[in-house]
Amino acid sequence: MVNHKISRRTLLTGTAAAGALSLTGLPARAELNWKKYAGTKLEVILAKGPRGDNLQKNIKEFTELTGIQVESEQIPEQQQRQKVVIEFTSGRPSFDVVHLSYHVQKRQFEKAGWLADMTPFMKDPTLTAPDLVESDFSAAGLQYAKNDKGQMLSLPWSVDYFILYYNKELFQKKGVAVPKTLDEMVAAAEKLTDPKEGTYGFVGRGLRNANMALWGNFFVDYGGEFLDAKGNILTDGPEAVEATKLYQTLLTKSAPPGVAGFNWMESMASFTQGRSAMWIDGVGWAPPLEDPAASRVVGKVGYTVVPAGPKGQYSATYGDGIGIAAASKNKEAAYLLCQWVVSKKQGARLLQAGGGVPFRNSILNDPEIQSGVKMPKEWLQSVIDSAKISKLGLPVVIPVAEFRDIVGAALTATLSGADPAAELKKANDQYRPILERSEKT
Amino acid sequence: MSALTQSTPAAARSDAAPEKELRPPSYWPFVVPALVVVLAIIIFPWVFTIWMSLNEWKVGSPTSFVGFSNYLRLTSDPRFIEAIGHTLVYTALSVLLPLVLGTFAAVVFHQNFAGRGFLRGVFIMPMMATPVAIALVWTMMFHPQLGILNYLLSLVGIPAQLWVFHPATVIPSLVLVETWQWTPLVMLIVLGGLAAIPTEPYESAQIDGANLWQVFRFITLPLIMPFLFIAGMIRMIDAVKSFDIIFAITQGGPGSASETINIYLYSVAFTYYDLGYGSAIAVVFFLLIVLLAAVMLYARQRMLWTEIASGA
Repeated sequence: MVNHKISRRTLLTGTAAAGALSLTGLPARAELNWKKYAGTKLEVILAKGPRGDNLQKNIKEFTELTGIQVESEQIPEQQQRQKVVIEFTSGRPSFDVVHLSYHVQKRQFEKAGWLADMTPFMKDPTLTAPDLVESDFSAAGLQYAKNDKGQMLSLPWSVDYFILYYNKELFQKKGVAVPKTLDEMVAAAEKLTDPKEGTYGFVGRGLRNANMALWGNFFVDYGGEFLDAKGNILTDGPEAVEATKLYQTLLTKSAPPGVAGFNWMESMASFTQGRSAMWIDGVGWAPPLEDPAASRVVGKVGYTVVPAGPKGQYSATYGDGIGIAAASKNKEAAYLLCQWVVSKKQGARLLQAGGGVPFRNSILNDPEIQSGVKMPKEWLQSVIDSAKISKLGLPVVIPVAEFRDIVGAALTATLSGADPAAELKKANDQYRPILERSEKT
Repeated sequence: MSALTQSTPAAARSDAAPEKELRPPSYWPFVVPALVVVLAIIIFPWVFTIWMSLNEWKVGSPTSFVGFSNYLRLTSDPRFIEAIGHTLVYTALSVLLPLVLGTFAAVVFHQNFAGRGFLRGVFIMPMMATPVAIALVWTMMFHPQLGILNYLLSLVGIPAQLWVFHPATVIPSLVLVETWQWTPLVMLIVLGGLAAIPTEPYESAQIDGANLWQVFRFITLPLIMPFLFIAGMIRMIDAVKSFDIIFAITQGGPGSASETINIYLYSVAFTYYDLGYGSAIAVVFFLLIVLLAAVMLYARQRMLWTEIASGA
């Protein structure tokens, strides 16, 4: 029999040696242990869409990796947002991990203290893989995920840049060049409009609330800022009026009839049927546009960044993240899941299928991952270029929904001929007290 | 009369007083379950809604008592005032159109002709469909560029319409869907009424040489009036609280051109999470419904009296 007992002497020498080793700067043995929380059960609530699909499809890999069981449900976006808020308010949410829309929920979640702080987890090498570092996320992602105190309250998951989709065939037919500025775009849209043939130069969101995402891009290109230093809303200033005039001109002179009621779905229908030559919306619509079963413009779509405005060129940016409920009892296990959700492998899958764009630069700029992207190269290029000119497309306030409804209704009114300046002023007068009421409490 | 009925049990009680054990058992315990249910699911939510409407109650923030300030806010809220108008127009149209068309359909289907049973079945099919599902189908049909409605109009030389995509036509277009779906209900009710009318008045009218319109105006219509009132009442309640069709097709748009009180209430409570203000809207909305129902009931009551008076 070999004696396995450790004598005091060997123990001492061992400790000394270990101490010496650590002095030499060799890595300490603190490594991410994925299996540490094996046997834990997690509940996840997701918004329906490609991100949720990507998680559910591959969740078995996570369970194999960690031994953590995951129950997840996907709910249509609008309903998911409501359900999450109601559950959080109850104090005992039924989920550990939550999928959130930053551009709608960031301030609300922060102020109510519903999300757990991930900062300590990210600093803990036994919980965090070495490649997951803050600096890897894009600036917009960090802006969304961090609160005023610099705490990471979620991990940025997928970003939505606004890009310009255009129909190459219609452009060729009318001999129009791809616009580089918003003014050029207006001119191009007018040339491309041919009501007799039923084709129009531009299509985009006219529907109240939804239209704010498109308008926000014009607004920032005109040099607009949503809030001043004191947190007052600025959407009736000269930049806003100019942006609205542009919006009004495009959507009344060069857009299909009825555009005032169009959300992305109706816009996409018009574009995929080859009835509209240009469309500005989020990057995520490439898969349906390139799907022969759903689109008549497969292979004819051009992708590029949103044209420049007089005060700059930006891509309005929206996004979603994944966070941990502050009330969860399994925060560490939940953190492992969040980490896996934004991991290189999962991010690559999302990007390659065109279902979303990871906030992590290391994924977006990896040539190997890029080569696996199934969407056209132009699409990927528009994504990479948009990342460089990204700017948040909505104000970061609690009453975002009211903002979108009220200012959005003003925009829709301009489509039936109302005066932009007067409508924006009216909307601002209506919105200001709501904002003040929400910020004072 | 009432004094008499009251005195009888009182006398019985004093007789029974000596033999306490033989007193008939109280029926109160049997009422308790129903009472509890009513209290829990009708009375309590109502009292609580009124309480919420008196508070500043926002999800994620502490609540505070503010008295009637939510109600004062309503009076200067242009969206709310507009929403009342939209609700009234929407309701009026979606009560009247199904009533007129449903009565006409009932008169037609009351006649004997080949395939009547089959056609009746076909006619009531819209009523069986799920509102949200048909709303989505109608949304596609309304599409100004790709929808079938504009294609059909183009066949007869009428220019393309914007339907639900223009503020001026959105409410009539929504009413079209509502009418399509609920005309069959009116028809069924009126058909029941027609079946109950005796044949004698028609025979004598025939002898007197009345034409079809006169028969309808002076015999059929007065006799089915009570049924029409019921149908109108049901339609009114449904139309005032209509939500699914509007929400699924326009979400209150374009702009806020089809935003009824219900849609606005939903936005305030569940999109803006302003539960206090939303509750105030709910209370006002409830009062409005009570008022409309009272008017309808009063009209019905009056009609019955005039009928009896004219009959006598």
